[in-house]
Amino acid sequence: MAKDMREPIETGCPDGFQYMHPTMRKNFGLWDYHEHPRPGVLVHVAKNGDKVWTVKAGTQRILDVFTLRLLCDIADQYADGYVRFTIRSNIEYMITDEAKVQPLIDALEKAGFIVGGTANSVSMISHTQGWLHCDIPGTDASGVVKAMMDELIEEFKNCNMPNRVHITTSCCQINCGGQGDIAINVQHTKPPKIKHDLVANVCERPSVVARCPVAAIRPAMVNGKPSLEVDEKKCICCGACYPPCPPMQINDPEHTKLAIWVGGNHSNARSKPSFQKLVAAGIPNNPPRWPEATAIVKKILAVYKEDARDWERINDWIERIGWPRFFELTELPFTKYHIDNWTGSRKSLNASTYIRF
Amino acid sequence: MQKHNTPMLDELENGPWPSFISGFKRLRDQHPEQRINEVSNDLLGQLEHSYETRKGYWKGGTVSVYGYGGGIIPRFSEVGKAFPKSKEFHTLRVQPPAGNYYTSDILRQMADSWEKYGSGLVTFHGQTGNIMFIGANTENTQHFFDEINDYGFDLGGAGPCVRTAMSCVGAARCEQSCTNEHKIQRLLVNNFTDDVHRPALPYKFKFKVSGCPNDCMNAIERADFAVIGTWRDDMKVNQDEVKAFVSAKGRQYVVDNVITRCPTNALSLNDDDTLNVDNRNCVRCMHCLNVMTKALSPGDDKGISILIGGKRTLKIGDLMGTVVIPFMKLETEEDDDKLVELAEEVIDFFAENALEHERTGEMIERIGLVNFLEGIGVDVDPNMVGSPRQCSYVRMDGFEDAAKEWFDNQAEKAAG
Ligand code: SF4
Ligand code: SF4
Repeated sequence: MAKDMREPIETGCPDGFQYMHPTMRKNFGLWDYHEHPRPGVLVHVAKNGDKVWTVKAGTQRILDVFTLRLLCDIADQYADGYVRFTIRSNIEYMITDEAKVQPLIDALEKAGFIVGGTANSVSMISHTQGWLHCDIPGTDASGVVKAMMDELIEEFKNCNMPNRVHITTSCCQINCGGQGDIAINVQHTKPPKIKHDLVANVCERPSVVARCPVAAIRPAMVNGKPSLEVDEKKCICCGACYPPCPPMQINDPEHTKLAIWVGGNHSNARSKPSFQKLVAAGIPNNPPRWPEATAIVKKILAVYKEDARDWERINDWIERIGWPRFFELTELPFTKYHIDNWTGSRKSLNASTYIRF
Repeated sequence: MQKHNTPMLDELENGPWPSFISGFKRLRDQHPEQRINEVSNDLLGQLEHSYETRKGYWKGGTVSVYGYGGGIIPRFSEVGKAFPKSKEFHTLRVQPPAGNYYTSDILRQMADSWEKYGSGLVTFHGQTGNIMFIGANTENTQHFFDEINDYGFDLGGAGPCVRTAMSCVGAARCEQSCTNEHKIQRLLVNNFTDDVHRPALPYKFKFKVSGCPNDCMNAIERADFAVIGTWRDDMKVNQDEVKAFVSAKGRQYVVDNVITRCPTNALSLNDDDTLNVDNRNCVRCMHCLNVMTKALSPGDDKGISILIGGKRTLKIGDLMGTVVIPFMKLETEEDDDKLVELAEEVIDFFAENALEHERTGEMIERIGLVNFLEGIGVDVDPNMVGSPRQCSYVRMDGFEDAAKEWFDNQAEKAAG
């Protein structure tokens, strides 16, 4: 009964100051510079000389309460009891006593966490929910990331890249994993298989029709029941129709594949923010360890590490060396599918005689 | 309890990176509560089934807490017969404290509440920025919310509504910060709590705040309303530190990594190893400040830029946010009010003019930036474009009036 229910208190976003390390509170807005004494550790120096060491560690991101409490125990025993989480779900411990840095690192590593992820390292892969919890996933997310981080762990623990590398994954083509220097995203390759019996019951047909980016869907009667029909020549296999209408089965154990995109960069540094570009596709969606996708990511990273100059993010580097060289160095095939034909695509063509040999 | 075999997931316990599967198994095998053991077992079973068949088995539905319409991601299993204990497995999206700070005490308190009612699995944080408490049944969703709401935590957004916002660490620990990121985050998102909790917009609407143009929150790429700290006077140069940097790294390093990397050629290295900055042409990209953090810092006349319309692929392709407010100060309460009023204008316009399931960026793409600016009452500015119009096919019979308006506005600004 509604009258027995508790009314929510609509407090919204809580004030972070109550949970902030006191030295950060004291020096809020008064920081002078920072240094990077070793991978995984930053020291920020305030204008008054106060210092805060931050130790960053990678975790499994989906934490069980045991792991969460373990992270808390480490905070209490080796740090000052304050933590924060980065946008890529790394945990950060803040301390004001330099002597505590090494014992904190030792405690984190002993407990199995990975200290690193700062500056020009490969940071934790940011990811979505996947088979564990999403209603439309073409692949898993946490599993792909675990398998990949196992292979990239040295690049997380060290800072040997020309600049930082942000990797993301997305388990459908809405791509909620976001832009990344390297992105591993689902790419469907066949139109949806429609379960016609169910459409009338579970789908609002006009909104499904409206959702298709290329107007490939139209209402139709199938077996005497109102359903939907897809013009398979027009369909780009994006899966946009699937969330509003689950009978539009886009996921397929064989034809749902992975594609790799590079050069997404959120920062304004050196050049304007950039979107990622397609470099590889047709990669099998191969649980539990997705070795084919990982191999391509490692190849791209190896070439970038070797060829890029200091401070070049992947997009800066490719801008300098050009796409022909990128495909040559990474030994990835360049195909007709790499040439964009979406709205505005002419801007991506080469309207010059800038040709590289 | 009959444990499901999970040969594929077991392979994700190998390798040096921490394994989420080992965590699920700890909950299954070591947690004192039988309910959690059983839920974890069936969750592992269903996930293994997904790995074997390469398909997902969750479907949505409607679940919310009393008084709210959103904030929960409902999940019902399509294979609940085989995995009954995890057949209702909803996620609660909870708004983190601005800046994502926690004490170990508050994290423990959350863990205690969560294992009373949920699966014991939690993520800090999801892609939108929420704490994701993953896995509660419909009834416990309410109990868990009631408990954490009592100690100051509230649900975030899900569905077509204002979503949970994000801000970078910013002023709390970063020398590049040009504004009070956490204050802006709370000022904006907490002005719209009703729109967070009761989804009634055409589609989602996201605020993100970064303290400088490094944009660590990916606001330009991902937020409908991106607030980026910046400054408009001269950057600060500590010439002694510049000299120290040059002598430590060498002239060539400085030329190759700082001077020639400036996108507008605003830097030159003087013969005496001091730095010359053409501040009128610096576009505050942050590169030189990032490389020489001791020597260079933002100026004193700080404020924010606002970019509108960033989003990911669905439906017309990825869009960046674009400049709508090139610069505004954020010092006084009136300034704060102006920011909130602007956000209200934008959301009102979006609510009235966007089509169903259209983001702000797509709406602007459809109606044109000028119509949007007129709708929210913002004057045009050359900082809003990469370049002016290239094609002559446009009707321009109002040009003289528009030019007059421009000069009048300029005169008004000059008069203060
Ligand atoms: S998969 Fe995409 S293109 Fe094909 S019908 Fe569905 S929405 Fe349209
Ligand atoms: S901040 Fe960027 S644009 Fe400004 S001087 Fe430095 S490198 Fe050049």
